[in-house]
Amino acid sequence: MSDKEHLEQFRQEVREWLEANCPPEMRTPTPEGGIVWVGSKIQFDSEPQRLWYERMCDKRWFAPTWPVELGGGGLSKDQARILERELSRMKCRMPMVNLGIWMIGPIILEFGTEEQKRQHIPKMCSGEASWCQGFSEPNAGSDLASLKMRADVDGDDFVLNGLKIWTSYAQKSDWMYCLIRTDNDPAKDKQQGITLVLLDMNNSGISVKPIELLSGKSNFCQVFFDNVRVPIKNVIGEINGGWPITKKLLQYERGAMSKLNESSVKGRDLTSLAQEYLPQVADPMQRAALRDRIAGIIIDEKAALFTMQRVGEEAKAGGDVGTITSIFKYAAGEEGRQKYEVLLALMGHRALGWDLGSEGQEFNQDELMTAKQWLLSWTYCIAGGSSEIQLNVIAKRILGLPS
Amino acid sequence: MALLFNEEQRLLQETAQDYFQNNFSTKTLRQMRENQDALCYVPELWQQMVEMGWTGILATEEEGGLGFGFKGVGAVLEPAGKTLAGSPFLGTVVLGGSAIQLGGNDAQRADWLAKIIGGEVRFALAVDETPRHDPNVCKTTATKNGGGYTLDGEKLFVMDGACADQLIVSATSEAGPTLFIVDAKAAGVTRHRLAMIDTRNAARIVFKNVQVSADAVLGQPGNGNEILEQVLDRGRIALCAEMLGIAQWLFDTTIDYLKQRVQFDVLIGSFQALQHRASRMFVQMQLARSTVLAALACVDENPAFLPYYASAAKAKMSEALELVSSEAVQMHGGIGVTDELDVGLYLKRGRVCVAAFGDISFHRDRVARISGL
Repeated sequence: MSDKEHLEQFRQEVREWLEANCPPEMRTPTPEGGIVWVGSKIQFDSEPQRLWYERMCDKRWFAPTWPVELGGGGLSKDQARILERELSRMKCRMPMVNLGIWMIGPIILEFGTEEQKRQHIPKMCSGEASWCQGFSEPNAGSDLASLKMRADVDGDDFVLNGLKIWTSYAQKSDWMYCLIRTDNDPAKDKQQGITLVLLDMNNSGISVKPIELLSGKSNFCQVFFDNVRVPIKNVIGEINGGWPITKKLLQYERGAMSKLNESSVKGRDLTSLAQEYLPQVADPMQRAALRDRIAGIIIDEKAALFTMQRVGEEAKAGGDVGTITSIFKYAAGEEGRQKYEVLLALMGHRALGWDLGSEGQEFNQDELMTAKQWLLSWTYCIAGGSSEIQLNVIAKRILGLPS
Repeated sequence: MALLFNEEQRLLQETAQDYFQNNFSTKTLRQMRENQDALCYVPELWQQMVEMGWTGILATEEEGGLGFGFKGVGAVLEPAGKTLAGSPFLGTVVLGGSAIQLGGNDAQRADWLAKIIGGEVRFALAVDETPRHDPNVCKTTATKNGGGYTLDGEKLFVMDGACADQLIVSATSEAGPTLFIVDAKAAGVTRHRLAMIDTRNAARIVFKNVQVSADAVLGQPGNGNEILEQVLDRGRIALCAEMLGIAQWLFDTTIDYLKQRVQFDVLIGSFQALQHRASRMFVQMQLARSTVLAALACVDENPAFLPYYASAAKAKMSEALELVSSEAVQMHGGIGVTDELDVGLYLKRGRVCVAAFGDISFHRDRVARISGL
């Protein structure tokens, strides 16, 4: 059998398996808060959700391309691509959210010791351990390298004191990959004193406080460190050598962010909301003005989809797509902002209701969702590298403009 | 539907790129402007385009053409846009050729397609009667007259209208909107050349008591709008390809300038105020390019969605071109507002393209209507 025939056979097997094993309830869009955060605190909302999780886990398809001996699926890249395509074709929900596999896992596989790999990779693949990211600090957001988390050496341990912020799901995570300050020498570049370390969230001295956003409760947390002891052997790579590894890790962030975004429900699309609310605007002049803005955004959304398709084709043809993909984070964030601004204008006060989370409210779910998504729309222009940072990156790396 | 060009189309694009770069320059364009050139294109250039077979890009192999598909049009017009090379290509091959292909009967196809491919005829589409593109306004009348029709009316801003040999004219007959093929030299046709900012061929055309035979009808009397709509959409998408070339030249030239121009002892490209604007242009260029590529592909592969794709492309491409051309002038500073710099020539052609066959609001309106709004 040729490679092509093998892949075709694999596609058939995947289809049949998914058909038999992905419960129909798991082939609908994920509702708000309906994601499964892996790890020791895992919770399921429903039996189909649990079944889908366990079956994918047993199939070892959480990390399809990772080596079998470490708990991965051992698939080739081509096979993994087929699996991904079939999952999306059948509209299967993501069985879990797993920053271990999406973010730090590939880094441990590349830079970690054998012991670190054996300790962490299998538990990522089995979903036993969940991971969160300890990067940002109150004074180190866009300028991440300014981070200050104090790390004093005491015997075989670091003793950590400080504060991490914007850590998603810290309250549900078993482990954190964390950036700490291990060299404070003002004569050196601040990038040179940063170390990447893995730490157990059950350590004493760690406390977690969820952050309330403009839109209400969120999964972002602040994490306080009060004399937290971390073995020095948990360092990934070299001490003070964390920055280059972090830059690499951040490249995975874009992918993880878009997976997370895909998995969250964004409410009805602009066209369908506009079809319902535009006819309610009585004045023809105002209706026309709104309609023009709405069409502009519908076209922008289409343009982004076409660009995604173009990237897919270029990648398949073996072309370098880094130039084009640099626009996605910025374009998606800004389009989201514009979309919710125009929805606010279109729906007026009906988009300004506050969700009490109880029955019998004056506002319907679409309206409450619009208000909430509008308040969240800045988040996508700030988290994971703000729009301004994206523009800097394009200017310097893509356009080659001088410093 | 595949957005990227295939090997053949890519080769055609490279050939066109080299050809226009080596054979046309803004120096020629400036000379034509100086001399108030009657044609506003270089006849030798057009003749060579014919000889290279480009007039047969859209016609199928059975029709004697090359069958490149509509991406072939994009492959020629984007490079043409980059150099501002004008020619009767769009009017003749895209508009005339599509009108005959889509609406022509066997005799008309036999008559005209071979002549288009051979470069023996130049076509123009005479539709607009108002300063803003609006094909629904058609006061030109076609009155039944024995076996034929009498045409009366006036068409404005006819692209390639001053040089065309044959005109595709929209008129209202008793059966409804109808298209006619009219000889540009027929008795009663008066053409007034329009000098516009882009130094291209354009005309106002008056039809007074113009007699045409029943054979001149393209398609069925009364179904003119169905053909016209499809022809216009092809024209819009072709124009988008030219606009993409214009915008790309303006963008590249401006980014280069940011890397050369020194003020306050530093390169102005190091200023974040300009870097962010440059990056925004880049984002818009990428989005516009994808939309234009999708529209080019749509003509051949997904024609049921043509109106949507054509309007999305024309709106998005116009938006990007307006942005990039305005920023190009502004970022060049003082020299940007002088005639000496070529940026102004691209700006001027660009804005004529934006207005032609519907501007941003025209096409947003169309997308909204198709979206049920």
